[in-house]
Amino acid sequence: MVKRLFERFYVAIILLFLYAPILILIVLSFNSSKSRSKWGGFTLHWYQELFKNEEIMNALYTTLIIALLSALIATIIGTAAAIAINGMKKTPRTILMAITNIPMLNADIVTGISLMLVFIAMRFALGFVSVLIAHITFNIPYVILSVMPKLKQLNPHTFEAALDLGASPSYAFFKVILPDIFPGVISGFFLAFTMSLDDFVITHFTKAPGINTLSTKIYTEVRKGIKPEIYALSTLMFITVLLLLIFINRRSADKKPAVKRPGSNPGMADKRI
Amino acid sequence: MKDVTQVNKPAKRLNGEAGHHSLKIKKTTWLSMPYLLWMAGFIILPLILIVYYGITTEDGAATIKNLLLISDPINRRALLLALELSLISTIICLLLAYPLALILNKIKMKSNSFIVMIIILPMWMNFLLRTIAWQNILERTGVLNKLLSFLGIGPLNIINTPGAIILGMVYNFLPFMVLPIYNVLIKIDRDIINAARDLGANSMQTFIKIILPLSLPGIISGITMVFVPALTTFVISTILGGSKIVLIGNVIEQQFRLGNRNEGSGLSLVLMIFILISMAIVSKYDKESEGSSIW
Repeated sequence: MVKRLFERFYVAIILLFLYAPILILIVLSFNSSKSRSKWGGFTLHWYQELFKNEEIMNALYTTLIIALLSALIATIIGTAAAIAINGMKKTPRTILMAITNIPMLNADIVTGISLMLVFIAMRFALGFVSVLIAHITFNIPYVILSVMPKLKQLNPHTFEAALDLGASPSYAFFKVILPDIFPGVISGFFLAFTMSLDDFVITHFTKAPGINTLSTKIYTEVRKGIKPEIYALSTLMFITVLLLLIFINRRSADKKPAVKRPGSNPGMADKRI
Repeated sequence: MKDVTQVNKPAKRLNGEAGHHSLKIKKTTWLSMPYLLWMAGFIILPLILIVYYGITTEDGAATIKNLLLISDPINRRALLLALELSLISTIICLLLAYPLALILNKIKMKSNSFIVMIIILPMWMNFLLRTIAWQNILERTGVLNKLLSFLGIGPLNIINTPGAIILGMVYNFLPFMVLPIYNVLIKIDRDIINAARDLGANSMQTFIKIILPLSLPGIISGITMVFVPALTTFVISTILGGSKIVLIGNVIEQQFRLGNRNEGSGLSLVLMIFILISMAIVSKYDKESEGSSIW
């Protein structure tokens, strides 16, 4: 009993640690004082100002467009690559997976700098496209690593059976393979989208002065003080994601009330594969 | 592209069983072409360039001057401090994350995606903003000191110290330690643990002999996912360390801001060597090299 109480307490403390700064930011978005360290009373002023602030709106637009495009392109390239890598012999597969791991394991600062060097060496002007290319580059590995496990679970004979029954390879792919690996593709897409949204370091090195994502916009304001509109915006974004996730969680919980925890019975899972 | 697969089709009939495997390869290999080109252009070429710039002068003459910049007292101190702080943060992350992962694994939840969600959710608030929020908590007139003075404990100087940077690192990278460990723990077969208990092992023995070794891959990927970003950060030190504390990430960022491409690349190369060494040390303890358990 005491042990269980202690465990709950421990989880609560860690969650407090993780969520305390978020609480602070939400409180600040309602603070009528412009100063970060003074409470001047409750206001919704910054939420109104936010939509009038063109710089922040532009940064938000750029952030979302880059996140969406980079996640989409990375998902297509990455899924195709995962299928190809899965069908390869051991040696080329190991080499390709090792190279795939480089952007994930390497430091962001090195990835950002080295990409910047490529753009400069190729006399490619830094800007929207260079940031997009950089984001696709670090997103592809997340997609490959999400799709790969699903491919490994595939029954290789269903695809061949479809071909033997007269399906063209592309028809068989869309009808047989894609539905099976789709959960992996989707989670790869969302992972890539999140990573792109949250990135600062790589964007910092591959962008030109004229263009800003939310992260780089915030960084330029660190020294002179963050505009309260930014707190309002990030609060809105956070609440949106929170509601979205609760909604998805509810729905999937309704659909299958008795979700078996993966690994609770691995023997069965293996047989199903 | 489509033609290639069409041509292969009769070959399948001819080769029969023997051609089965090679056929599978031929059919899908072309799908990797976009990725192969992308990798060559944006993963391999960048690394080659950073090595090239790192070992040449602005005129293109070979030199090791850029690499030796690390022996400059300021740079060396920045590297050593970064190593020290990131090592401490990694250890704290592990000590905090492992019990948490164990408890989360024990709590019966409807779906484990809910737990993963709670841990990942903070990442949807911009990480710069979350780190800035720690300024609010830690500064002299901040939330923490107000709470402490309420309890009669004098104001603590935390902001702009190495301690604040460690806290920022632990805060930002803790999810990257929790998730891999949790993902490994939920896959451990309950029957193995029950068998150990049946054979007379107490809970401590079960933990040391069964759970800990089986969760090692998760610990390993957690360590790399915390240590590398902590070692190379320049954002956390800028926001929480003030202008006096300089880490190796700050030094490199500054070199590039000043346009010193070769010097910056040289220092990045040194940093990469340290990353490679740490990974080599870590992977020595990693028996399962197929490190796919990052998420």
